[in-house]
Amino acid sequence: MDRFAMNRRQALLGASALAATATLGAPRAFAAGETVKVGVLHSLSGTMAISETTLKDVMLMLIDEQNKKGGVLGQKLEAVVVDPASNWPLFAEKARGLISQDKVAACFGCWTSVSRKSVLPVFKELDNILFYPVQYEGEECERNVFYTGAAPNQQAIPAVDYLMSADGGAVKRWVLAGTDYVYPRTTNKILEAYLKLKGVAAEDIMINYTPFGQSDWQTIVSDIKKFGSAGKKTAVVSTINGDANVPFYKELGNQNIKATDIPVVAFSVGEEELAGMDTKPLVGHLTAWNYFESIDTPENKSFIDRWHAFTKNPKRTTNDPMEAHYIGFNAWVKAVEKAGTFKADPVIDALIGVSVPNLSGGFSTVMPNHHITKPVYIGEIGADGQMNTVWQTPGLVVAQEWSPYLEGSKDLIGDWRKPMSCGNYNVKLGKCGGAA
Amino acid sequence: MPRTAIVAALLALLCAAAAPAHAAPVDDALAHFTADKFPETDRGIDELVASGAPTAPAVLGALGDGRLLFDPGSHRVYYAEASGALDDAATGARADGVAQGALKKVRLNNGIRSKLAAALGGLDLLSPDRAKRLAAADTAFHTPDPKSLAAIDAALGRETDPAAKAALLQARAAVVATSGAGPEADRLGAIATLTARGDGDALNYVNQAAAAPDASPAVKNAASAAASSIRFTLSLWQALQNAWYGLSLGSVLLLAAIGLAITFGVMGVINMAHGEMVMIGAYTTYLLQDLVAAHAPAWSEASLPIAVPAAFLVAGAIGVGIERTVIRFLYGRPLETLLATWGVSLILQQAVRTAFGPDNRPVSAPRFMAGSFHLGGLEITAGRMWIVVFTLAVFAALQVVLRATPFGLRMRAVTQNRRMASAMGISTGRIDALAFGLGSGIAGIAGVALSQIDNVSPNLGQSYIIDSFMVVVFGGVGNLWGTLVAALGLGIADKFLEPFAGAVLAKIAILVFIVLFIQKRPRGLFALKGRAVEA
Repeated sequence: MDRFAMNRRQALLGASALAATATLGAPRAFAAGETVKVGVLHSLSGTMAISETTLKDVMLMLIDEQNKKGGVLGQKLEAVVVDPASNWPLFAEKARGLISQDKVAACFGCWTSVSRKSVLPVFKELDNILFYPVQYEGEECERNVFYTGAAPNQQAIPAVDYLMSADGGAVKRWVLAGTDYVYPRTTNKILEAYLKLKGVAAEDIMINYTPFGQSDWQTIVSDIKKFGSAGKKTAVVSTINGDANVPFYKELGNQNIKATDIPVVAFSVGEEELAGMDTKPLVGHLTAWNYFESIDTPENKSFIDRWHAFTKNPKRTTNDPMEAHYIGFNAWVKAVEKAGTFKADPVIDALIGVSVPNLSGGFSTVMPNHHITKPVYIGEIGADGQMNTVWQTPGLVVAQEWSPYLEGSKDLIGDWRKPMSCGNYNVKLGKCGGAA
Repeated sequence: MPRTAIVAALLALLCAAAAPAHAAPVDDALAHFTADKFPETDRGIDELVASGAPTAPAVLGALGDGRLLFDPGSHRVYYAEASGALDDAATGARADGVAQGALKKVRLNNGIRSKLAAALGGLDLLSPDRAKRLAAADTAFHTPDPKSLAAIDAALGRETDPAAKAALLQARAAVVATSGAGPEADRLGAIATLTARGDGDALNYVNQAAAAPDASPAVKNAASAAASSIRFTLSLWQALQNAWYGLSLGSVLLLAAIGLAITFGVMGVINMAHGEMVMIGAYTTYLLQDLVAAHAPAWSEASLPIAVPAAFLVAGAIGVGIERTVIRFLYGRPLETLLATWGVSLILQQAVRTAFGPDNRPVSAPRFMAGSFHLGGLEITAGRMWIVVFTLAVFAALQVVLRATPFGLRMRAVTQNRRMASAMGISTGRIDALAFGLGSGIAGIAGVALSQIDNVSPNLGQSYIIDSFMVVVFGGVGNLWGTLVAALGLGIADKFLEPFAGAVLAKIAILVFIVLFIQKRPRGLFALKGRAVEA
């Protein structure tokens, strides 16, 4: 009798839940308690909040949309949002909490490379999945991480190729300017090796590093101007990050450096960063990304409309790392459905080869090196703060996680398919385990 | 068959006769713009210039500004005027009734922009507008092209304005020096003109003249002499330029530190929330600018000057509030003050982040602060210059307040001997609050200036707090003149180190220097003497 009563109550509960969701228009009901948690590990305070808050919002939107479509494997997704406060050790702590206490199925998070390096041991130890959505310096290929941002050959190298072409101005002299930390230093090392390989002399390359948050750019910009007046076409490749960009571009405008004289191509400046700036003096300077808000496809238009509706702000911009999360999240959903489980190991295996639509009208595929294929766009900053595409790669570019231009990594490949299952296989030595 | 051919030929002839004389080449040129490909646009510019169409300057100008539009269906090209009205690119006639929404912009890249500048430059050399001629001559100087020599010579023959004539002569010299052709006397003259100009571009052109394959020994000698003379003048100007950059950096440091010189230097409060007062000043500027733009757009140029008193009052009021509620209970307990004010700074940062969002807020520059000008070989950006002037004015005003007002007198009395001042009937608590408000208010004013050169974001203050403490400690605690000398000295030292050591090392070197200096002279550059030191 008792048991029967219980069942009836459950049935009643289920029916009312069904009725509730039916009024919301959802095609499927979720049984109570059956939710799967997804971790969102982005800084909501501190210096990185400016960039990462948006990524948290886009994850909430994607999860919300997926739930309206009926969740994954019939289960409702629940976002667990934590705030690592731009504090790198705190990233590891929060990641540990997400995995061991909240039992999340996967995490989407991090922006800076140092935060990714900080959470890596945790993901390896507790065997979970991290989707990392930001362009980075490469030289890494971990089993538990899926890199949905660009590797250097999906952003930096095509940008340099473009500038060297007749279309891009046949640049002969290069300034590599960056903020002083691992991403710009490694990217510039790769670019320097690449440029030298292309026959650029050492005296035609100027490398300059500045501290985080540099605000006084007078000397450096005037140095760039001097370097650029040697009679050869000069360009600046900027890996300047975060807040330092606004004063840098302001100084360029003040010292009257026009894009037709010395174009600046930036790898860390997107629509979001430009939102706080008067872009009229910057028209013609370039950025290289895998996605622009201005890309004219039905997928992108629908994404932007949904984003505006979700944030209730018709002016919120979209940017490249948001698209990376869009791809990463959909790939994860597809892999979970393919594997038929939320468990990390089968999903990691199932993710390889998964192909999902990106926002620029094509498909992005998760490769065996845990990076995804992407198109590369060179965009020009317009007076309205948007990027206008001036050049794009003819097809999708496969990521080179280990740069072929660096001594330490040119013999390495990553391939997480069985039986190799190795992130740093040395093709010369024929064994797993890095360069040595 | 032959009959139809004749009819077709006749028809074609009729059409040609009916159309205006140059319509066909213009239409061909414009058709290139509708292909929406950069090489086609490139060709279109050439053909349009060659066609000599009367609408060519307007069309090219519109292309440069992104106002040239085409209809992908009908392949007609239009340009939008500043008012938004559309004109037909082939005829220049007003094109009413064309839906703007269906039109696409002709896209640009930097190659097209350079080409346009050259094409328009050729047209502008003979423009009746003096400013346009000057700009065109300058463009010709920076992009020397042997093909433009004839146009420059033609313009030189007609030019009567001395400044424009000089610019044209320099442009001509650049062309002659880089072309590696022409008679020897011509080349020597070009080298002399370039030496007189004496900037980096001139040096580069002189070197090219020396490297020309058929350069005579006389030309080579003249060029190398010119090069070393230009190099010498350049290095002198460079030193001056560095000094100016240092002065400008120093004035920013001074502006950020001067409020701290009062709260920390004079009152002895370690105020970690000082940077947040700067940040609040910057946000006040932003809010005020938005308010002015929304309610009195005519005044938007003046919103920055209006923001100065507003930021002073807002930041000052918050400063008084902090002093009354937190700091006054902690006088004489530096460690607790440090922790408490640090807490306040975090609270203020997060409050601003919650209220305004974490992203940067745009503060636009008024027109008088934009751009740069040359003073001999110095390039001075207007924004930086006004900040130097503004900083010195704030410093002078503060000196007047401290030296010549009753409040300043009382404040000095309280800092020199609190108990004596109290015995003389001065309300020390009130003076403390007001002094703290003064320091905070000046930090707010600093925020107004910094909104012009830095990001207006919740983190704005953090980047200045360390530098500010450095300046005040180095200058000597309790001495405003010390703060002035320290800020300018550190700024200039930093800018002279930077070209050799790079920005990162220069910063480290300065920090190490200060640490060593403080070891030797713990009271800074200008130590206060007298009873206050012991207090």
